[in-house]
Amino acid sequence: MAKYSLSVNGKKFDVDVLPDTPLLWVLRDSIGLTGTKFGCGVAQCGACTVHLNGTAVRACTLPVSAVGTKEVTTIEGLSADGSNPVQQAWIEEDVAQCGYCQAGQIMTTVSLLRKNPNPSDEEIHAALGGHICRCGTYTRIKKAVKLAARKGGKI
Amino acid sequence: MSTQPITPVSKSVNRRFFLKSGALAGGGLLLGLHVYGKNLNGLELDDASVFEPNAYIRIDAVGKVTIMAPNPEVGQGVKTSLPMLVAEELDVAWDTVNIEQAPLDINKYKRQLAGGSGSTPTSWESFRKAGATARQMLIAAAAAKWSVAPGDCYTENGFVVHRSSGKRIAYGEVASVAATMQPPTDVVLKDPKDYKIIGKRIKNVDNLNIVTGKAKYGLDTRREGMLFAVVARPPAFGQKLVSFDDAGALKIPGVKKVVRVENKVAVLAETTWAAKKGRDALVLQWEAEGKLESTPDHQAEFSANILKTTEKPVRADGNVEDSFKLADHVLEAVFEAPFLPHAPLEPMNFFAHVTADKAELFGPNQAPERALNELSRVLELPKEKITLGLSDRMGGGFGRRLMADTPLEAALISKAAALPVLVVYTREDDMQAGHYRPAGMYRYRAAIGKDGNLDAWHLTVSSINQPNGSRENSFPAGAVPNFRIDSINLESKITIGPWRAPNHNFLAFTEESFLDEIAYDLKKDPIAFRMELLDRSSSNSYGKRIYDPERYRAVIKKVAEMSNWSEQGKNGRYKGFGAHFSFSTYAAQVAEISVSNGKIKVHKVWCAIDCGRVINPLGAEQQIEGGIIDGLGHALYGELTFDKGTAQQKNFNTYKLIRIQDAPDIETAFINTEQFPQGLGEPGLPPIGAAVSNAIFAATGRRMRKQPFAMQPLI
Repeated sequence: MAKYSLSVNGKKFDVDVLPDTPLLWVLRDSIGLTGTKFGCGVAQCGACTVHLNGTAVRACTLPVSAVGTKEVTTIEGLSADGSNPVQQAWIEEDVAQCGYCQAGQIMTTVSLLRKNPNPSDEEIHAALGGHICRCGTYTRIKKAVKLAARKGGKI
Repeated sequence: MSTQPITPVSKSVNRRFFLKSGALAGGGLLLGLHVYGKNLNGLELDDASVFEPNAYIRIDAVGKVTIMAPNPEVGQGVKTSLPMLVAEELDVAWDTVNIEQAPLDINKYKRQLAGGSGSTPTSWESFRKAGATARQMLIAAAAAKWSVAPGDCYTENGFVVHRSSGKRIAYGEVASVAATMQPPTDVVLKDPKDYKIIGKRIKNVDNLNIVTGKAKYGLDTRREGMLFAVVARPPAFGQKLVSFDDAGALKIPGVKKVVRVENKVAVLAETTWAAKKGRDALVLQWEAEGKLESTPDHQAEFSANILKTTEKPVRADGNVEDSFKLADHVLEAVFEAPFLPHAPLEPMNFFAHVTADKAELFGPNQAPERALNELSRVLELPKEKITLGLSDRMGGGFGRRLMADTPLEAALISKAAALPVLVVYTREDDMQAGHYRPAGMYRYRAAIGKDGNLDAWHLTVSSINQPNGSRENSFPAGAVPNFRIDSINLESKITIGPWRAPNHNFLAFTEESFLDEIAYDLKKDPIAFRMELLDRSSSNSYGKRIYDPERYRAVIKKVAEMSNWSEQGKNGRYKGFGAHFSFSTYAAQVAEISVSNGKIKVHKVWCAIDCGRVINPLGAEQQIEGGIIDGLGHALYGELTFDKGTAQQKNFNTYKLIRIQDAPDIETAFINTEQFPQGLGEPGLPPIGAAVSNAIFAATGRRMRKQPFAMQPLI
């Protein structure tokens, strides 16, 4: 076991875990932030996507020992009330079916739009192609990404 | 669960309410569902301010209306659409209503099941009646309070209004009086033209929770003292556990306990990761019981079986043998279906806390009543001693969670460990320990008579662990004078289960591809040929027919118009058609594709659908879009193969699912919406495989006879 001090959603958390524990399980099992989801464990589905210093990463394959002092943002930290324009676009387009993958999809979209406020279809595909929505909400995800881009605001 | 108190009344009133309610519900909705003085958890309460007229509605003194959603929510939208039915008849403003997932309660609710696209048709009447009953009791309460005739009162968005005086009172203010009212012996349901909620585009009630990460799925369950369990199960179907050594597992920090349950070993730990590491550190000895099966073994047996004829055909109209003898010519095609895992994105999991005299289960399950029965039997506990809660949401199901294996496994592990435990499947566990869509082979033969008509149709199907691998009343049954289906089971150690639109999900591809082949053989337009067959079925049905040819024709006609069907091959894009009737719903689809460098690109799909009345068009369109993308993804990429009993695809790096860049634009039209409403979790899926395969033929001249398409050479 090893002790780590993590900065998650602007708060400090001290955890004592196995050094190879993926950040996903530290968030979910040690810190209690269950909004970040487990889907595959091999960085293939994107359900576990969080931000590390603002960049979308797969928490299921990122060992906690590699996080260091970087700021972790999870879906719970994106906004207190769902007011981020990407979250709002997801509601407006009524994207979710089962909803399980959507936190990850939203985290990647936020990261995308911060770097590229007006992505083309190809750029949306490239960014979100690493995600799986088993319910097949892709057409609405595309609409929501475009809506968020169109509306702008502080993403 | 909220623990809002409700009104106590005398025992005699209880009794009367019970009987009358049972009578008026006409089939069990309200039957025995409620005892005054108890809340939903069965606790005695003494607050007199809450009106809880039945198991669906709770109105407190400040007017907060809570509607229970008893059906499991796996993404099919019933947590939104079914409470809409109650709210419509209760006459409350939708955005003021609070929705709660109900736990399994076999006394209160009739059918807490997410399967067979059945929630909508089975709830349509009863849920509306629950709302209307409460509304009439609220009217009666207000009328009594004002000393006016109930007939002179009506409701409006959560208020009772006195017509003559214009007086208004909020539901909350008469809730406690309403709780003492006799339920009406008859309820009047709204005329559809007066609907304010049904038929409106209503968003998912959990949207805010989903986009903020607050929605709770099974894997998010946390209980005091709970440990996470990761389980070693047989790595191959047909193996049993001989022995195991857990010394290495117990050395992993965080691992607390190792228990053997039947043929499995569970490692319990403080975190999922420690449990997984512990499970991976187990040294396990497995032994094969008999032959371990591989995919080529199945294929060889299927190939032999489909040449056989059975003594008891599944269906036999006319005489196919004679027809084939007299035929002008015969067409034949053999189709192959691979196994498919359900792969819900939330891996299988369940919480259990089993003690000597009771059990608490909680998690995602599509058929909790079945799970309860199994738990009661296996744990040897009466059902009253078992609580089975449903997670607020479930990360997909697609049929996998209809099975009781996961709650049962969790219960046995909890019992053996004497600890509360959340059993977590890794993705690899989920793929390996599946109840798959069965693999199968389908041989079709068609006799074209001397008159140029389709005279005989003969399907011989062989599939895994299915005595009947067909849907024998599926079109073109009823349209062909000589029609026969033989089905030959192939027994296997590999477990199967219902996979979204069972049998239909592959059968539609085979039927509609073969019909397309016949149409081309007869030099007829594929849609015109279907219409001709439906005309035959309409004027002179051969044998049993469960579909209405007119409704079938209407969706086909509609989709032909929507898709501009006659325009073929423009800009290198080709169209294919497929239609299917399943779960009482008619679905017709046209797919437009192009093929470039051997790669299929599906640009657009049009879908015309007749599911009767559409309760929530926004959710209904979503189910069609999801069904099409799901069906398309599996037709293009889905294949699970076995080698010596072990699934060869273990995670999403080797088992390919459809992703965003492959999702087509989808246009959906609902027709015939005055008819009785049906469910939409499944019917949108079956036709797409055929629509795409027929488009591939139009584009390339190649017939797709097996799935997945994307793995086959096209040039």
